[in-house]
Amino acid sequence: MSTVDTAPSSEAPAAARPRPKATGGGFGRYLLVRFLLIFPTIFILVTVVFFLARTTGDPITAAQGGRLGPEQLAELRAAAGYDRPLIVQYLEYLAQLATGDFGRTMTTNRPVVEILTTYGPATFELVFYSLIVAFAVGVPLGLYAAYHRDKAQDAIARVLAIIWYAVPIFFAGLLLKLVFAVWLKWLPVAGRASVSAELQMQTLPNRTGFYTIDAIQTGNPEVLLDVLSHAVLPAVALGLLTAGIFLRLVRTNVIGTLATDYVDAARSRGVAESRLLRKHAYRPALIPIITVMGLQIALLLAGAVLTETTFEWKGLGFILAEFLESRDFVAVQGIVVLLAVIVALTNFIVDVIAAFIDPRVRY
Amino acid sequence: MAVTATARPGRRWRDRIPVVHQVRQSVGLQRGMLVAGLLMLLVFVLCAIFAPLIAPYGFAQRADADGGFGTQQPPSAAHPFGTTVGGYDVLSRVIWGTQTAILVIIVAVLLAIFIGVALGLYAGYFGGWLDRILVVVFDAIYAFPSLLLAIVLSIVISGGQSNLWGGVLAAAGSITVVFIPQYFRVIRAETVRIKAEAYVESAKVLGAPNRRIVFRHVFRNATRTLPLIITLNSSEAILTLAALGFLGFGIEPTAAAEWGYDLNKAQSDVTSGIWWTALFPGLAIVFTVLAITLVGESLNDLADPRLRGRRRVAQSAGEVAETSVVPGGTLDAGPGGLTGLEDGETFDEHGIEVKR
Repeated sequence: MSTVDTAPSSEAPAAARPRPKATGGGFGRYLLVRFLLIFPTIFILVTVVFFLARTTGDPITAAQGGRLGPEQLAELRAAAGYDRPLIVQYLEYLAQLATGDFGRTMTTNRPVVEILTTYGPATFELVFYSLIVAFAVGVPLGLYAAYHRDKAQDAIARVLAIIWYAVPIFFAGLLLKLVFAVWLKWLPVAGRASVSAELQMQTLPNRTGFYTIDAIQTGNPEVLLDVLSHAVLPAVALGLLTAGIFLRLVRTNVIGTLATDYVDAARSRGVAESRLLRKHAYRPALIPIITVMGLQIALLLAGAVLTETTFEWKGLGFILAEFLESRDFVAVQGIVVLLAVIVALTNFIVDVIAAFIDPRVRY
Repeated sequence: MAVTATARPGRRWRDRIPVVHQVRQSVGLQRGMLVAGLLMLLVFVLCAIFAPLIAPYGFAQRADADGGFGTQQPPSAAHPFGTTVGGYDVLSRVIWGTQTAILVIIVAVLLAIFIGVALGLYAGYFGGWLDRILVVVFDAIYAFPSLLLAIVLSIVISGGQSNLWGGVLAAAGSITVVFIPQYFRVIRAETVRIKAEAYVESAKVLGAPNRRIVFRHVFRNATRTLPLIITLNSSEAILTLAALGFLGFGIEPTAAAEWGYDLNKAQSDVTSGIWWTALFPGLAIVFTVLAITLVGESLNDLADPRLRGRRRVAQSAGEVAETSVVPGGTLDAGPGGLTGLEDGETFDEHGIEVKR
C-alpha cells in the first residue's frame, strides 16, 4: 500500500518514475522534472481558454453584439483579424505569448503585462495577509477540535468551518464592511490606503507597489497603520474561507496521527499531552496543509477577485471585474492566462517545498 | 468497509432508501447536522416550488395597486425585507431566487454528470491516447481557479443575454465545464480499479461485450460515490452562480430573481448604511449552501468509518479503519478534508483509498 498520494501534483507521478532510492540526487531531478511540467500545464490552459473563448464568437461580437449593425461588426472584426481561421489566430496567439506578449486591452490599449506589474502587488499583499489570517485562525482551531474530538468544542469548530465555507466572500465582505466600517467606524470602508497616505507613498523614490513595504519606507508609523487598517477587513473576508479549510484539514489529519502507534508509545512514555499534540501529532499533519496550499492559491486568486471588488482593493481581481464590466474580453482573456501562469508557478513552488519537507513525495 | 457503504440484500426496505439509511446510521452531532441540513433543504425546495404562492409580489414587480414601492425603503409591513435600489421587494426576490438557484443546480449538475461520467467511463475502461489527453487536460483545468474559468465561459455563452433561460444556461454551462473534471477524475479512477476486479474479468471470459461490462458491471459500481460529489457540487454551483451575478454576469432582474445580482446592486447601499438589500439575499445564499453542505458533509462522514461517530463504529469498524488509515499522516487531504468541498478532491482520493 503506497502511503504517498500527492493529490495536488497529479502530474508528478506520470513523469517522474518511481525510484527505489529517493535520496541524494533525487531532489535535483525531481526539481527539474517538476519545473518542466509547468510548461505543458500552461500550454493546456492557454489552449483551453483560447478555444473556449473563441469557438462561439469573437471578442468584438461579444462586446458589441446587438449594438452595431452586421456590416460595421464585420469591418471591426476584419480589422482586428478575427475573421481569419481560428487555427491561424491560435498559432499567432501562441507565438505572441511565447515572446511574453499577453496582448493589449481593447478599452485602455495598455499591454496586459503592464496590468500585472501595476496591480499584481496589491493582489499579492491581499493573498499574503489572508493566508496569515487563515493560518492564525485555522490551525489552532483544527488542533483544538481534533483534541476534543466528538465533544462540544469539536462540534462548534466544525460548524464554524462549514459556515465560513457557506458564506460567499463578497457577502462576508459586505457584512464586515457594514458592521466594522459603516456602523462602528473602526476600520476604513474600502481601498488600500487613505488619500493622504497614498500621497506620501507616491513621493517615494523607489516604490514597490507593495503598500506595506512602501509604508515602512516612508518611516511614518501613521502611514503604516493606515495601510494595515485598510487590509484588515479584506484579509479577514478572504482569510476565513481558507481558515475553514485549514481547520478541517488539521482536524482530520491530527485525528489520524493521534491514533498512530507512535503517539500511543509517546503517551505511554509519559510525554505531556500538550507536547504530544504539538510535537507528535501536529507536525506530520502540517505536510498536507502545505500541499493543499497549492490548491488554495487557485481558490484564493478566485476569492481575491471577489474580495477586491467588494473592497475596491485595486488589484488584479478588481481590474478584471472592471474589464468584465466594460466587456473588454481581450483584457479578460489576457489576465486569465496570466493568472494561469501564476497558478502553475505557485503549484510548482508548493510541490518543491512539499518534496523538500517530505522525501516520500520525490519518488 | 465497502460492506457498510453498499446496501446488503438482506436489509429492510427502509434501510435501502439512500438518505433514510444514513439518518438511521448516524448518531449525535452527525445526526443533528444531517437532519438540520435536510430540513433546511426541504424549506429551500418548498420555497422554489411554491414561490408564486409564498412571494408577496413578483420578482420584477415595482408597483402594486397602491402605487410604486419606492426605492431603498426600510423593512415595513408591506415590505418585510424592504425594497432595493431598483424598487423591487427584497422578500419576493429572495423567495423567487430559490427557483433560479434550483434550476441552475439541476442543469449544471446533470450536464456535468452526464459528460463527466461518460468521459470517465470511456477513458478509464478503454484507456489509450484519448485517456491520456483527457487526464492531462482535465488536470490542468482542475488546478485552475474555477471562478475565472466560469467567467470566461459566461462571456462566451451569454454574450450579453439576460433572459431567464439564457442566463440560467450561461451560468449552468459555465459551472458545468468547471465540474466535469471532478466527475471525470472520480469515475475514471473507480473504473480503472473496477476493471481489474475478478467479476469484470469473469464477465470478459464469458464473452460479455464491452458495452455490457461498462454499463452493467463498471457503471453501477463506479457511481457509488457520486451522491457525495453531487451535494458538494450543488453548493459550489450556488456559490459560483452568486459570484457570477456579483461580478455583473447576473440574470437581469426582469428575467428572474438572482441573489448574486441583488448583492451586486446592494454594494453601494452598504456604504450608506442600508443593510436590508444586502443582508437578505446574502443570507439566502448562506442558508442554501449551508443546507446542502451539511447534508453532503454528513453523508461523506457516514461513508467513512474513520469519521463516522466514534461510539457506534468503535467495535465494528475499528480494525478495518486501522488497516486502511495510512499512518504518519497521509499526503492527500484525507477524507472530510474541505478540499473536497472546493474541488471534489477528497472523494476520488477517498474512493481509491478506501478500497485499497
